[in-house]
Amino acid sequence: MKPPAKMSKPTSLFVIFFSLFVMSEAVFEDQVGKFDWRQQYVGKTLFAHFDSHSQSSKKLFLATDKNIFASFNSRTGELFWRHVDKAGPEGTIDILLLHGQDALMVVGGGRLLRSWDTNMGGLNWEAVLDTGSFQAACFVAMQDTVKHVAVLKKAAISLHYLTNGHQKWVENLPDSDTVQYQAVYSGGEEEVYVLGVVPNSHLTIIAYSLEDGEIIKQRSVEAPWLSSVESSCVVVGHGVLMCVDTATLALYALPIQAEEAPQFNQILLQSLDLEVSPGFQPVLVSSQPHPARSPISEFFLQLGPDHHVLLQLNADGYTIAPLRDFQPAFLVSFSTTGEKTVAAVMTPKNETACAINLFSADSGRRLLDTTVIFPLDLNGGKPFKLYVHAFLKKDDSVGYRVLVQTQDHALTFIQQPGRVVWTREEALADVVTMEMVDLPLTGTQAELEGEFGKKADGLFPMVLKRLSSQVILLQAWLAHLWKLFYEARKPHGQVKNEVTIETLSRDEFNLQKMMVMVTASGKLFGIDSKSGSILWKHYLENVQPNAVFKLIVQRTTAHFPHPPQCTLLIKDKDTGLASLHVFNPIFGRKSHIAPPALPRPILQSLLLPVIDQDYAKVLLLVDDQYKVTAFPSTKNVLQQLQEMASSIFFYLIRSDQGNLSGFRLRKDLSTERIWEVVLPTEVQKIVAVNGKRPNEHVHSQGRVMGDRSVLYKYLNPNLLAVVTESTDAHPERAFVGVFLVDGVTGRIIHEAVQRKARGPVHFVHSENWVVYEYWNTKSRRNEFSVLELFEGTELYNSTVFSSLDRPHLPQVLQQTYIFPSPITTMEATLTEKGITSRHLLVGLPSGAILSLPKMFLDPRRPEVVTEHSREENLIPYAPEMPIRTEWFINYNQTVARVKGIYTAPSGLESTCLVVAYGLDIYQTRVYPSKQFDVLKDDYDYVLISSVLFALFFATMISKRLAQVKLLNRAWR
Amino acid sequence: MASVSRSFLLLSIIPTILILCADFACCNTGRKTGDGLDTDFSGFSVPLEHSFEVDDVSRFRMRGALQLRGGRETSVSLSQSQLSEEDRNNLKEVAAVDGLYKIRVPRVSLTDRQTERQMDGYLTAFVRACSLVESHLSDVITLHTDVSGYLIGVSIVTIPGACRGTEVEDEVDLEAFNTTLTIIPPTNAPQPETALFIERMDIEHEKRGKPQEQKSFFAKYWMYIVPLVLFLMMSGAQDQSGVGAANGGGR
Repeated sequence: MKPPAKMSKPTSLFVIFFSLFVMSEAVFEDQVGKFDWRQQYVGKTLFAHFDSHSQSSKKLFLATDKNIFASFNSRTGELFWRHVDKAGPEGTIDILLLHGQDALMVVGGGRLLRSWDTNMGGLNWEAVLDTGSFQAACFVAMQDTVKHVAVLKKAAISLHYLTNGHQKWVENLPDSDTVQYQAVYSGGEEEVYVLGVVPNSHLTIIAYSLEDGEIIKQRSVEAPWLSSVESSCVVVGHGVLMCVDTATLALYALPIQAEEAPQFNQILLQSLDLEVSPGFQPVLVSSQPHPARSPISEFFLQLGPDHHVLLQLNADGYTIAPLRDFQPAFLVSFSTTGEKTVAAVMTPKNETACAINLFSADSGRRLLDTTVIFPLDLNGGKPFKLYVHAFLKKDDSVGYRVLVQTQDHALTFIQQPGRVVWTREEALADVVTMEMVDLPLTGTQAELEGEFGKKADGLFPMVLKRLSSQVILLQAWLAHLWKLFYEARKPHGQVKNEVTIETLSRDEFNLQKMMVMVTASGKLFGIDSKSGSILWKHYLENVQPNAVFKLIVQRTTAHFPHPPQCTLLIKDKDTGLASLHVFNPIFGRKSHIAPPALPRPILQSLLLPVIDQDYAKVLLLVDDQYKVTAFPSTKNVLQQLQEMASSIFFYLIRSDQGNLSGFRLRKDLSTERIWEVVLPTEVQKIVAVNGKRPNEHVHSQGRVMGDRSVLYKYLNPNLLAVVTESTDAHPERAFVGVFLVDGVTGRIIHEAVQRKARGPVHFVHSENWVVYEYWNTKSRRNEFSVLELFEGTELYNSTVFSSLDRPHLPQVLQQTYIFPSPITTMEATLTEKGITSRHLLVGLPSGAILSLPKMFLDPRRPEVVTEHSREENLIPYAPEMPIRTEWFINYNQTVARVKGIYTAPSGLESTCLVVAYGLDIYQTRVYPSKQFDVLKDDYDYVLISSVLFALFFATMISKRLAQVKLLNRAWR
Repeated sequence: MASVSRSFLLLSIIPTILILCADFACCNTGRKTGDGLDTDFSGFSVPLEHSFEVDDVSRFRMRGALQLRGGRETSVSLSQSQLSEEDRNNLKEVAAVDGLYKIRVPRVSLTDRQTERQMDGYLTAFVRACSLVESHLSDVITLHTDVSGYLIGVSIVTIPGACRGTEVEDEVDLEAFNTTLTIIPPTNAPQPETALFIERMDIEHEKRGKPQEQKSFFAKYWMYIVPLVLFLMMSGAQDQSGVGAANGGGR
């Protein structure tokens, strides 16, 4: 480090100077969308319906696992509208039914019944249902018009009017403690049938009168093989319940409406020449095109993962005729238009594509010219579900569009003839973690860089190398000129600057980066930060749903010709077993480097600043026996590790035991426990631990005070902020604890207790400060608190920081403020050299992202303004923190359910790149100290250059005139 | 936070005993307050153990005894013996190979006497052996407690803390520990200071004087209105004989 006192004074003044301008920060109207973009997602599709109300409708309705009901434009894949309900089980969408212009939804496990207007997306009505867990729902028609909806709960059935949601009647189900009611059926008659099952005993059928809910008849049918109606039975034809049983390998048919005591009719699969794949649970698929009519008598039986059979129930209601055997066939789906019902079947074509064909449902014949090719993405998931929209063409033939849902939550919309209209990557609705990676240099830049990177081998080869690289540069320049000349002749609109993976290169100020996003479904994305276009994707199969991810950049783009390298640590939350996925973050390709096998659960991973001969940083993985695995583990690395072992420390935290412990590496890669801190779990539990970001630069070592002395910051890179919450939840006794612990020595640097407070605690730990936000239980409000650590007016050791040699505890200053809004996430801005003042980016539940100047969170804000504090430019203390609307960096582009904010420095010191993710993804740039290193957009180049030229010529002319005058005088 | 008053008691005969009385008034709020009285009278002692081995395998031996006194006034004192000849040589050897000097104390509660005071496990801390040797065994041991008086952490630093490789010639320097012992309770984080702010605002308001009273329209603009009215009246008087409606608006 340089002499700090001299260094920091001017820079602090510099920062203060610029921070004066901070107050007025907003985006101009013409800048909207220039540096920022937003993408809106909905999540994994649970229910999808096409709008069949009118022939030319472009609407597509989806209900998703993120509790969202949305409408898409089926031609472009863009959102028409979207309703984001409460997250969690309160807002779960149990079922989505569509009829005409009404979309009916049961929400929150049978809590609410809602009707939406599909045209505008407005709510028609909402009805609160009686308590009880939701089982099934269906439309009920009367004389060919659908007027009611029946909702089946665990112990009751209710009928509601479709027009206003009012309840027509509600009836308790008999024997609901023994009978599991699972299905409700209406075929357009005067009755509603409820099907219940006593597992492995009998089936119960109850018919309710539509008029008053009276039980018309109640039947009990022996069915010792039946365990669930929901999973193994469907209704086909004129009210025939069709069930399949794995144990007896038979189909069972039962007429629901039969007057006399009905019996299941057993049809052995063998008699139909059908065979179930071993270990496969057969599935039945049927279709009821209109709620006023009974289902069609054709149905699919799935016999294996890629084996389907189209069957037909004969008119007698007892016998079955096989229509067509589909093998191989992944997915099948029925669709109806007018009077025609067709079946769409997806069959594998080759390794990169699947074919979808239409078959007439009543005959099983293939319809001509209905083949559509679905391209299989090798880096995507397998097809998972098929939604088909059939329509009648002008010549009365059937046309169709297909929506294919794949395992990686992606939706692909295909139109005839085999054209992919759009694809939506819905996995991006649940981003878990992300990193931003610099783009690679262009070929010419890389050539120059490579010259310096190579080992010098004599004068002459070096000269040759230089010449060759100059020639290459010249060549590139000429090619560029030629391209300019060539393109100048074309009309302007045709010159497209489309971003592709091949043309990616770093821009002048490194503002364009590759966003590597990891989603909960295990799909990785590479997104161009400038345009938001997805450049690569990679689906990791076999990722458990409860896996936790950690993304590590092992080698950046800076080490040409070595490709950049990212490592994703995937850890199963239950078993702790982990695996590594090593890939190139620019192209998304899996690396050839074989990651080490990890047979034991992994407790901790740490990235060392040690690099191997290929410039990859070394990743250490600590297993549950405190043994360390290094990756990469070349000889070179192991040797370096042995040399440095005594200075490699790491910590482990077991929040269930309240245990924090530190370890030191030994030469043989085993470890030694060197410190231990235990927070008794009876009193408080550890909720979060946060170190500092390794790529953070702090430019100024101290702060210049009003009297021109310097207050040095306590900049401990090993400092951990540990946040605890009390186990006692009583508002008077609850507290939040903040511990600052040195990660190397285990020394508790500071221990603060925020009384009458509880979580959720959001905090940021950076430089020499910690900012945390909590809920004040006494005053019932959110509060922000800031802790800053200073060494004092003298530095203990100004050259280097060592946790082992810093005996004096820092001075800790703290201040607390009221914040008028709850928050969902928080992050600090980050710039290249740390000169720019810092802002906190606060995600609010409203979807706004607030850029809060750190100046407002400064524990040195004075109660009483003095000469010194004014000199230092401190804002006088005010207990309430303001929220100004011009501080919202995303103006009206709200980010729904913002979960995390990622910040990355750019090549410009003034500029910080920000990505907020949650349900939506929003990317923008922020300038915490305004753009002090960039000329404005509307900078008047003409004026300044004309003034310059004018002055230049004026000087020249006056010089000449002066010369002439001097000469004349001399002659005189 | 509550002010911490320190009283140092230095006895030169026994190695060093240092007592720090920290004001611990905040510590037993909410928790069982009844047992504060009896703990005030009798303290208890826990062992302070240390370990320094060339092969870095921990073998803890007794270094001294910590006298803890819980309750309202938490205090701690340490009685420890001198290092033996063998220990001194051992410590020097450990320092030569850059080994660690570790200490540990058992997990105890300072306030809760009824329940089992000692829980399983220890709190451990370390310092480089060379810095301990070079500082002539002057160390600072800090005990940290949580809100309910449990010991949660221990730390040890030496002053000076650096290892410069200076040889310690005098054997006498390594005989006795020169220990500074402190016990630190958690500090209370501040609440938003609304009362003070409001008070300050009030004072500022008073300083600025009472805000100007809302004067009536007439009081404010009488200087414009009176001449206008006078002018109108004058002009009205002149053509009194004229049409009355013309100056009706002026009134």
